[in-house]
Amino acid sequence: MLDLVALSVVHMDSSWINFDINSLLQNFWSATFDGLTFGAVYGLIAVGYTLVYGVLSLINFAHSEVFIVGAYGVVITLTMLGFGPSAPTIGPAAIIMDLLLALVVGMVFSAGTAFIVERVAYRPLRKRNAPRLAFLITAIGVSFAIQYLIFLPFIGGANAQPAVTMFIPTPIFDVFGTIITNQQIIIVVAAVLLMVGTDMFIRRSRTGRGIRAVAQDPDTATLMGVSKERTIVITFIIGGLLAGAAALFYVMLVPSGVIYNGGFILGVKAFAAAVLGGIGNVRGALLGGILLGIVGNYGQILLGDAQWADVVAFVILVLVLLVRPTGILGTTLGRSRA
Amino acid sequence: MSTSSDGPRPLPTAEAAREAIETESVATLRRGPFRGLRERWNGLSRPTQWAWMLIVVVIAYAMPYLNFFPLSTAPGNDWPLALFAMAVYALVAVGLNVVVGYAGLLDLGYVAFFAVGSYTAAMFTSPDSPYLKIPYLWTLPLAMVIAMIFGVVLGVPTLRLRGDYLAIVTLGFGEIVRILATIIPAMKGQVGFQNVGRPPGEGPNGIPIFANSNGTPWYWLTVTILIIILLLAGNLERSRVGRAWIAIREDEDAAETMGVPTFKYKVWAFAIGASVGGLSGALFAGQVGFVNNQKFDVQTSILFLAAVVLGGTGNKVGAILGGAIVAYIPLRFTAVADYKYLIFGVALVILMIYRSQGLIPAKMRLMAYSRKAVEWVAPPKVPRGAEPPRTPTPRTEGGAS
Repeated sequence: MLDLVALSVVHMDSSWINFDINSLLQNFWSATFDGLTFGAVYGLIAVGYTLVYGVLSLINFAHSEVFIVGAYGVVITLTMLGFGPSAPTIGPAAIIMDLLLALVVGMVFSAGTAFIVERVAYRPLRKRNAPRLAFLITAIGVSFAIQYLIFLPFIGGANAQPAVTMFIPTPIFDVFGTIITNQQIIIVVAAVLLMVGTDMFIRRSRTGRGIRAVAQDPDTATLMGVSKERTIVITFIIGGLLAGAAALFYVMLVPSGVIYNGGFILGVKAFAAAVLGGIGNVRGALLGGILLGIVGNYGQILLGDAQWADVVAFVILVLVLLVRPTGILGTTLGRSRA
Repeated sequence: MSTSSDGPRPLPTAEAAREAIETESVATLRRGPFRGLRERWNGLSRPTQWAWMLIVVVIAYAMPYLNFFPLSTAPGNDWPLALFAMAVYALVAVGLNVVVGYAGLLDLGYVAFFAVGSYTAAMFTSPDSPYLKIPYLWTLPLAMVIAMIFGVVLGVPTLRLRGDYLAIVTLGFGEIVRILATIIPAMKGQVGFQNVGRPPGEGPNGIPIFANSNGTPWYWLTVTILIIILLLAGNLERSRVGRAWIAIREDEDAAETMGVPTFKYKVWAFAIGASVGGLSGALFAGQVGFVNNQKFDVQTSILFLAAVVLGGTGNKVGAILGGAIVAYIPLRFTAVADYKYLIFGVALVILMIYRSQGLIPAKMRLMAYSRKAVEWVAPPKVPRGAEPPRTPTPRTEGGAS
């Protein structure tokens, strides 16, 4: 089998695609942990898609812009607090305080954007009983409009925001000979905590029960005294808050990655993660995000170019959907148990 | 419709059918800035309609010479070239309209088929590519075939999925094609292919007729192709296939229940849409003469979608109008060219809220009845009580202005 692969590689005229299995084996664990970190960020964004899809059956394409607005909030806050491309010189306690402040600003920016988008774009459509295609096209339009609003020279401009380094990742311990940094630990632990919190909120709280009820059957939920409009707004805001948190971690990982259209492909991948895990399923979002992050990383090492990560992610998505159209975990938001 | 019994609805009598058709046409007439025009148009006899269409076609061909102030893009952008861009966008919109408008499948990666067509034209004609060279005009059908193959390859696995997933998978496909064009050395990434071929023929002074800077012949070529595609699309729309598409768009489950092989017809819509996308890509590559990986991004896909939605989803005349507008505005008003994505993004949102049918709404007339049958049971006349201020026009007078 491996010989066959090797033969076919030899017969190709150039080395644009290579099955470098040795490299993958050598870097297996570092790729896994890197993928896990990125995957946690995807997962946080994916929750926003999954909740809105669960409640409205709408792919909220504008969610990627909800995320990127949060990232702008984080970068602007940190820049104002004196962070720059080089590592900060203040003590750890001060850094933590500043990061928490940036986290709050990012979450407020994102949740505010999500709220406005819901009010301005989606609510009028619901009032008019618009067809599904109209919702999807509106979502695309909103996403586009926000991107190019940021693109305007006096708001964000065409270039990426200046890099902000929050702290230098320092090694904490080794796993299988691979160094784990404090940055990776912070991101993964925080993401998992946020996801567990969201999951508990959806499953245990009164509001969460309302969200599940609306997802299951909006009309019956309304008859039972759940305010549908309020529930939808809350759903958008929860998604926005998590996207804002994801924005902080994203800037932590990719300090100079904040650009007007930087959210779009990330958002598409996060949506792919949500679908992979089972759309409408909060736990599935995290699972899908992590899987997508890790598999994408393997693909990029195996095939030899960073851009392969996206290709691999989409191919995996299509393959999984062919076998399991409801995603890996598969349950919908409405049917998940309390 | 007014029966209150639970029994089976009686078979439609001629009277009931007439009423149904009238309700439908009234519903259509209420919308759209061109509502009066449409009513008159439908009232004209077939030969008169053909005569008017001939005039429109003649005007379309004469457009490069209508190079005067309010219309022309002249000082900023060359007018014939702008016309060519409009025609290509119109062609793209007609193709995408088959997918989005007729079959109701949201394709967000349509630019990928456009890219496939462009690369087909480039790789088979450009001296930069090591492959077999063929005359440029042969690449047009070849681009259609190759794009169609891509459409089927993409459609077969994804069209079994729920409709929403299609949007995300096509979006991913669009990105994949762009990324592959960057990674695969044979496609030469940003360096691209120079000197893409052109149709044969030289002017008296040795300059080729289809020079890159000379938009007029390219525009005429594209308009000719556009007319052919329109005739084909119109026939498809009225055929069994077209009715199947509309049934799928309106309610896929119901269509399946009524015995429409939905999957088959969705793949057809996808493949046909893809082939038109490939064709327009090949035309574009020929005129520009240069293809690299920079023009086929998601933004362009969304712009194509905006063209279809703006004109009126499901209406081929609307698609032409929408495509032409989307290409025209940034070229005519160069001051807003930098903001074109913002403008069309906001336009999409506003359109969906206030006029989700677009500028020219698709006709809602019962597709099950042929034109003859409609005239037989419901002779065209001014609908009752719908438009009081309009005076009735005799249907034999051709007065659509």
